[in-house]
Amino acid sequence: MINLALEVGKTAAPEATMFWILAPLAVIAALGMLLAKKAVHSAILMAWVMITLAIFYIAQGALFLGIVQVVVYTGAVMMLFLFILMLVGVDSADSLKETIKGLRPIAILAFLGFGGLIVSLIGRATIGHPAVGLDVANASGNVPALAELLFSKYVWAFEVVSALLITAALGAMVLAHNHRVTAKPTQRDLSILRFRGDSLASAAGLPNPGVYALHNAVDVPALLPDGSAAPTSISAMLEARGDVIDSSPFQLGQAEDVEGEDK
Amino acid sequence: MTTAEILSFDPGWLILVKGLLVFIICVVATLVAIWAERRIVARMQMRIGPNRVGPFGLLQSLSDGVKLALKEDLIPAAADKVVFLIAPIISATTCFMAFAVIPMTGPVTLFGHKTAMQLTDIPVGVLYVLAIASVGVYGIILAGWSSGSTYPLLGGLRSSAQVISYEVAMGLSLVAVFIYSGSMSTSEIVAAQQKWWYSVVLFPSFVIYAISMVGETNRAPFDLAEAEGELVGGFHTEYSSLKFALFFLAEYVNIVAVSALATTLFLGGYHALPGLTFTENWLGGWFTIVWFLAKVSAFFFLFVWLRGTLPRLRYDQFMKFGWKVLIPASLFWILIVATMRVMSLRGTSRAGVLGFAVGVVLIVLVGSFLYDASKKRGESESEIEIPAPSFPVPAIPVKDRSVSQSEVTRG
Repeated sequence: MINLALEVGKTAAPEATMFWILAPLAVIAALGMLLAKKAVHSAILMAWVMITLAIFYIAQGALFLGIVQVVVYTGAVMMLFLFILMLVGVDSADSLKETIKGLRPIAILAFLGFGGLIVSLIGRATIGHPAVGLDVANASGNVPALAELLFSKYVWAFEVVSALLITAALGAMVLAHNHRVTAKPTQRDLSILRFRGDSLASAAGLPNPGVYALHNAVDVPALLPDGSAAPTSISAMLEARGDVIDSSPFQLGQAEDVEGEDK
Repeated sequence: MTTAEILSFDPGWLILVKGLLVFIICVVATLVAIWAERRIVARMQMRIGPNRVGPFGLLQSLSDGVKLALKEDLIPAAADKVVFLIAPIISATTCFMAFAVIPMTGPVTLFGHKTAMQLTDIPVGVLYVLAIASVGVYGIILAGWSSGSTYPLLGGLRSSAQVISYEVAMGLSLVAVFIYSGSMSTSEIVAAQQKWWYSVVLFPSFVIYAISMVGETNRAPFDLAEAEGELVGGFHTEYSSLKFALFFLAEYVNIVAVSALATTLFLGGYHALPGLTFTENWLGGWFTIVWFLAKVSAFFFLFVWLRGTLPRLRYDQFMKFGWKVLIPASLFWILIVATMRVMSLRGTSRAGVLGFAVGVVLIVLVGSFLYDASKKRGESESEIEIPAPSFPVPAIPVKDRSVSQSEVTRG
């Protein structure tokens, strides 16, 4: 009965409408993925392309494949996203300068050749050959049919591919893993270190940077009781960059000299 | 007729009406949920909570929502404007999409049509919810990245790592349900629980799902993506006005969505409590939505209870818990479930299955006993190693100075 109802409801029109709306969007997004300057924009557009592909799969009757496409590729693109942030930088943009001379024409040639090959292959295989056998394949339901094939006929190939993927993941972990020479200090160790050190000066944490009437930022050291600057109140990073402002003009009694500095 | 067959006869306008109903239920649930959370947490902290606007303060969230919408809408200069705008939209749209496959009632009559309060019934419904949830996380990550500031970026990164880790545990906890019900369709899973709820049969899966759903929705004690003590507001630090309201809405709709999924998968969905099945026929079947909403509210109360009780986890503890406890436990439990399922399908006698179960329980008990014993031994050893503290302590301010001096020398 359900099949009958689905047959009655199945017309070419909705699928065609969906195709002509989504396909241009997918192509534009794919082109944008290549042309976008920021790597993160490319990753977002890639996620969009994957989701449109999933919708196409679902419309063509491969429900399981479509949903799994979303689950797998959104996770994968998220990984890509993290890699961009970690390896390339948060705001990285592509430079369009040709680093190796003569690479651009070779790339364009390879693109045309490979693209032509794929288009002609897929065209020969699909145009003029109406798809057959979907109903037979989906006879016992999309998911059971897929499961039966994966776990009987293709079980060996399936397992080999998964072994390959696991090997790759383990390899990446081995490459990225570095052994610590000493054990990582725990909270307990750090606490003991603080209290058993030479002085108790830093037991309650390092002093804050200075807070003055005319200037309130992390780049000015706080003042010690004798009026000298407290060196530990400034981040070592700022000091290395030379971004530290001298605290002496902010001392009481000298404030008039710097009036207007921060207005 | 199964739910899928009933739903296949729905005319288009009926699907639209049902979609609108689901949307209204979600939005109203959000308003009520915010009020209920504030009242319940207040009661747990010996306060009263909002009680000024409307009866029992019921309209408080409505007035807060209006106030939020009327605030100034800021876009930081360093923000990536397009992505900054898209992020809350992704969050707010995906959170509603999960409800398309949640069965809220059994067969009912709506405008003269026999239907069920479920938009569509696809054979991979539960996977669909997982897919939608993983798209929804993009809203949070993109919000974090596009704000162009450090705290949101850290919040977004935390959230992505968190969701990837806890989605694995969540997916694994659902595998046992799929194995037992033989289906990934939400309505068939509900139908398979008519006799026994899966929260009883598959109790470990239920516990793992309940933990990972808190992690998945970024709620306390797992709200590291917006930890206000560490990251100001996390991923939504730079958002204001309606865009922030969309994140707010998405958070609560997500809570309702994961609670609804938990109800469907583990608490028998819209079915009545055991012994009260006669109520399912009241109001022409519409009474089942009361059971559904009651179960969802119970889960929501759990969320609030957790928030009122537990402190936030440290980030490394949280990740360690996900990868080293939840996922191995899930895998171990799936092995047991699959073995028992195969045994019962192969026609092994009940005594055989029971023997296997008892054997597994015994092995787990002995294992945990040995682990505890070894841990205790380690503890006693370390106690011996640590000498008494001998660092100087500051003098205690007392009137008699000589006393304090002697205290210092003694210490």
